[in-house]
Amino acid sequence: MSSAVSPAVEVRGLRMAYGDKVAVDDLDLTVERGSITAVLGPNGAGKTTTLETCEGFRRPQQGTVRVLGLDPHRERRALLPRIGVMLQSGGAWTGARAEEMLHHIAALHAHPLPVQMLVDRLGLDDCGRTPYRRLSGGQQQRLSLAMAVVGRPELLFVDEPTAGMDPQARRNTWALLEELRADGVTTVLTTHYLEEAERLADQVHIIDRGRMIVSGTPFDLTRGTGISTIRLVVTRPFPDHAPASLQAMLGPPTHVHPVNEFSLLITGPADASTLGKVSAWCEEVGVLPESLSLGQRTLEDVFLQLTGRGFEQS
Amino acid sequence: MTGTFTPMPGSAPLSSQVAAQTRMETRLLLRNGEQLLLAIIIPVLVLFAGVMGIEYVDLSLSYKPIDQLTPGVLALGIMSTSFTSLAIATGFERRYGVLKRLGASPLPRHGLLLGKVGALLVVEAVQLVVIGGVALLMDWSPELTLRGVAGALTMAALGTAAFASLGLFVAGALRAEATLAAANLVYILLAAGGGVVLPASTYGRFADVIGWLPSGALGGGMRESLLVGTFPSGPALVLLGWAVLGTVLTARTFKWE
Repeated sequence: MSSAVSPAVEVRGLRMAYGDKVAVDDLDLTVERGSITAVLGPNGAGKTTTLETCEGFRRPQQGTVRVLGLDPHRERRALLPRIGVMLQSGGAWTGARAEEMLHHIAALHAHPLPVQMLVDRLGLDDCGRTPYRRLSGGQQQRLSLAMAVVGRPELLFVDEPTAGMDPQARRNTWALLEELRADGVTTVLTTHYLEEAERLADQVHIIDRGRMIVSGTPFDLTRGTGISTIRLVVTRPFPDHAPASLQAMLGPPTHVHPVNEFSLLITGPADASTLGKVSAWCEEVGVLPESLSLGQRTLEDVFLQLTGRGFEQS
Repeated sequence: MTGTFTPMPGSAPLSSQVAAQTRMETRLLLRNGEQLLLAIIIPVLVLFAGVMGIEYVDLSLSYKPIDQLTPGVLALGIMSTSFTSLAIATGFERRYGVLKRLGASPLPRHGLLLGKVGALLVVEAVQLVVIGGVALLMDWSPELTLRGVAGALTMAALGTAAFASLGLFVAGALRAEATLAAANLVYILLAAGGGVVLPASTYGRFADVIGWLPSGALGGGMRESLLVGTFPSGPALVLLGWAVLGTVLTARTFKWE
């Protein structure tokens, strides 16, 4: 298969372990060209290991990885000029200034973007002559993104791009990534912000404990199965047996997931009968609903339903 | 119609990459106060203090103090730049993900190494001008024969290769803080007792051992070249041996992350 038509990234059966701790387990992942693909998962899910294997930093222990049709480990020299990499942290000399660092990375590429344009777009001019070690976390992130983009890559790997950014910088970053997509750049991003994945990504892959648990468009994942959700929030903590007794009352196919001691998520048909049973149950166990809302599932609901755990608490 | 970000990937030619890397590393080195102290200020102070000290302590030297000391102080400068500065800088580059970041750029590893060597040579040229200039003002009169100059340049090149490979070995094998400590400690030990500034003969019964140290070979070779004006074949072979050892050790153990 020629590299012009192959997917941007093709991972098959990837397995990576550190000692006896399995970081990535039999993972498949395909990224189509020109898309933004989000790899979503809680901390420690295996996102960074997967990304670093695609970038050629790690050799696959099992399985195959192809990036732009190339083997990222064996054909690394051919691949590197074509990809842009944003590391999760660090990556600059502590004594270097932001613009200086960006100029340096630009000088390693054949047709770099104008450095000043990126400085303006990402608000890096506010870094001035401050050395890297004294930049704020958000400034360091913006510089790191600029360094990934400056070489005009075909494919961009960004690891937690907006971690530590303020809301304004986060919106700028999203706008930049959307513009990159419009101009034909493929982006693979890892994130643990559900909102980021839902808002930006064409495809979302949710990873948990090294395994791919679900893939699809944000629309498919949140609306595809015709299931609605009911969120119940109460004023005092539930009694311990609460989820089980409500589950018994509702019966299948409805599922009750405890979110925390004040709130439950109920997935299933949100009809009048279900609502009636929920109200009756509240009265029976003596809790007062503070809010009872119906809605579409969010990615967080999807994660909760598939893993039985809340996203942030895992 | 193409957009602002339409992909147009590619590597700059290796020569421009190496030049960029050399410029960047040189700038960072010369901007760092501790590195400047090590590269320029300490050698110049050693030169002053040494000349004054020799007047009081009789070391039975057969040349005038400034002629005796300058080649060794130049050797000290080479050692500080190619060993201590390089090891510390590289250790922290590893620690802060700079090597990893550059490893994801089009710059190949040999380009990175060439860039580092370039920066070392630029800094050493600055050292030669400053230390040599100060020494000339203090009436240094080196023995400038063709063999002697060739010998001094060979010593500088082999000394840089030997110490740089050993410095990279330390930086690649130890954590950044341990590298900082080890590189400074080794520097102090070799500067004081390694036959760099003073000839091996002044170390009494340790003289033989000192000639086999990279510091003693570099200092001795520089003295032979610039005091006597002959080519120091023995010290050159010793340094070559250390360079091979350092390169093998580095190649086997260096970790980029």
